[in-house]
Amino acid sequence: MDMKARTLFRHFKESIKNLGRNGWMTVASISAVAVALMIVGLFLTVMLNLNQIANHIENDVEVRVYIDRTANSQEQDALKKQIQQIKDVKSIKYISRAEGLKELMKDFGKDADVIKPYQGDQNPLNDAFEIKTQKPKQTEAVANKVSKLDNVSDVSYGKGYVKKLFKVVDIARNVGIVLILGLLFTAIFLIANTIKLTIVARSTEIEIMKLVGATNSFVRWPYFLEGLFLGVIGALIPVILLLTAYHELYNYFIRNSYQTYLFIRLIPFSKMSLYLSALLIIIGAVIGVWGSLTSIRKYLRV
Amino acid sequence: MIEMQDVWKSYANGVMAVNGISVKIEKGEFVYVVGQSGSGKSTFIKLMYREERPTRGKILVDGTNIADLKNKEIPFLRRKMGVVFQDFKLLPKLTVYENVAFALEVIEESPRQIRKKVMQVLDLVKLKHRARFLPSELSGGEQQRVSIARSIVNNPSVVVADEPTGNLDPENAWGIMEVFERINDNGTTVVMATHNKDIVDRMKRRVIAIESGMIVRDDKRGDFGYEG
Repeated sequence: MDMKARTLFRHFKESIKNLGRNGWMTVASISAVAVALMIVGLFLTVMLNLNQIANHIENDVEVRVYIDRTANSQEQDALKKQIQQIKDVKSIKYISRAEGLKELMKDFGKDADVIKPYQGDQNPLNDAFEIKTQKPKQTEAVANKVSKLDNVSDVSYGKGYVKKLFKVVDIARNVGIVLILGLLFTAIFLIANTIKLTIVARSTEIEIMKLVGATNSFVRWPYFLEGLFLGVIGALIPVILLLTAYHELYNYFIRNSYQTYLFIRLIPFSKMSLYLSALLIIIGAVIGVWGSLTSIRKYLRV
Repeated sequence: MIEMQDVWKSYANGVMAVNGISVKIEKGEFVYVVGQSGSGKSTFIKLMYREERPTRGKILVDGTNIADLKNKEIPFLRRKMGVVFQDFKLLPKLTVYENVAFALEVIEESPRQIRKKVMQVLDLVKLKHRARFLPSELSGGEQQRVSIARSIVNNPSVVVADEPTGNLDPENAWGIMEVFERINDNGTTVVMATHNKDIVDRMKRRVIAIESGMIVRDDKRGDFGYEG
């Protein structure tokens, strides 16, 4: 579109003036966009991270085989050989019950005292094998085969958690999408109304513009920009809030080394800030423009 | 200049406002359009600047049939015409100068040209001294002169006016007529719908009388022809 800088500046000035003139409706529209996008952003942050964590856990899963307490060392060796022969088993590692308890104490951290009485002969744990498979997906099949062998007391693997996690992610996604769509439409409606107010307040001005031969696009521009501003300003608020919060959270995780001890590995801040700001600002701009186009078509008749 | 060929206009509510009008208005003419309320003269005026689209017939402005204009072409027709109303249609928050300049700003005229042209037309309507006043600080006659200044600031070839003296007392009405005379003397065609018998009878210009959407009289140097 061929437009002089002076004209663009005029449209810009007009749209800012309109925003100021409709004070409370402007605040309401921006708030609506901000609330809707805040939820979109929160949702997105949680979803992306859950996905990341779920994938991470899935990659990390291993099968743990608890050996019958009655099995002697020859029987344990025999079991180990049998397991090694199963297809897809990559590695197998023996973890004695004493080592198992130490691991547990480490997981309990400061509260490890609770476990101390169970050391030595009181140790309730079983000796175990830790099996890694070639691929994460093979864990279930391998676990099933192992559980049928002699001297196996129990077999556990992470698949259950992963499945549950994915299920939570799925439910959250469906509920979230409905909620978000509702909020986005509310925001569009409010923006459309704000712009309608401007158009009604300026009906004489618009009439004169058309009489003296202003082109339709010239008449439309300020209202189009007004909608765009409402959407983008509305998006900037949640972007700033969410990124500040995420920055804190991410640093908190790093400081406390949760990344290494827990399975929780968050998406890096730099990546997340790019995703969030790009997505929210684009959505904000789209609903702003959508809202303004609705009003322009309905009330401007140009 | 302006030529209507068998023009009809009926509205969506069934009202037949214009019923087969053919007329030719030459460049530089001064034409009064008279007729009682509801005669169709307002529609006749609105057809000229494509506020209304005819149901049937051709309306040629400088050889272009404006009945066929696309919506996006209408602005360029309007730039060749000035339109003046009974109720002035000034923007209350803008000064006299700004109200006139507004018409040029929205068609993206350069600031230098705007300054020059606005001062010229304010001089023509004798309102240079009121440039910084708000419309509310002016008399009705002065406000209408601002509105006329705005309609001619773009140097249109035709000025169309619908009851421009309708809200004014006789003295102010004559002031407005003087302005239109001056505009016409400069070569601009003027088409004016009016109820003002005094003015029409004294000016001895072309008079087109409309009744029931048809031209019933078209005199070169006519009278108002109705009582009051």
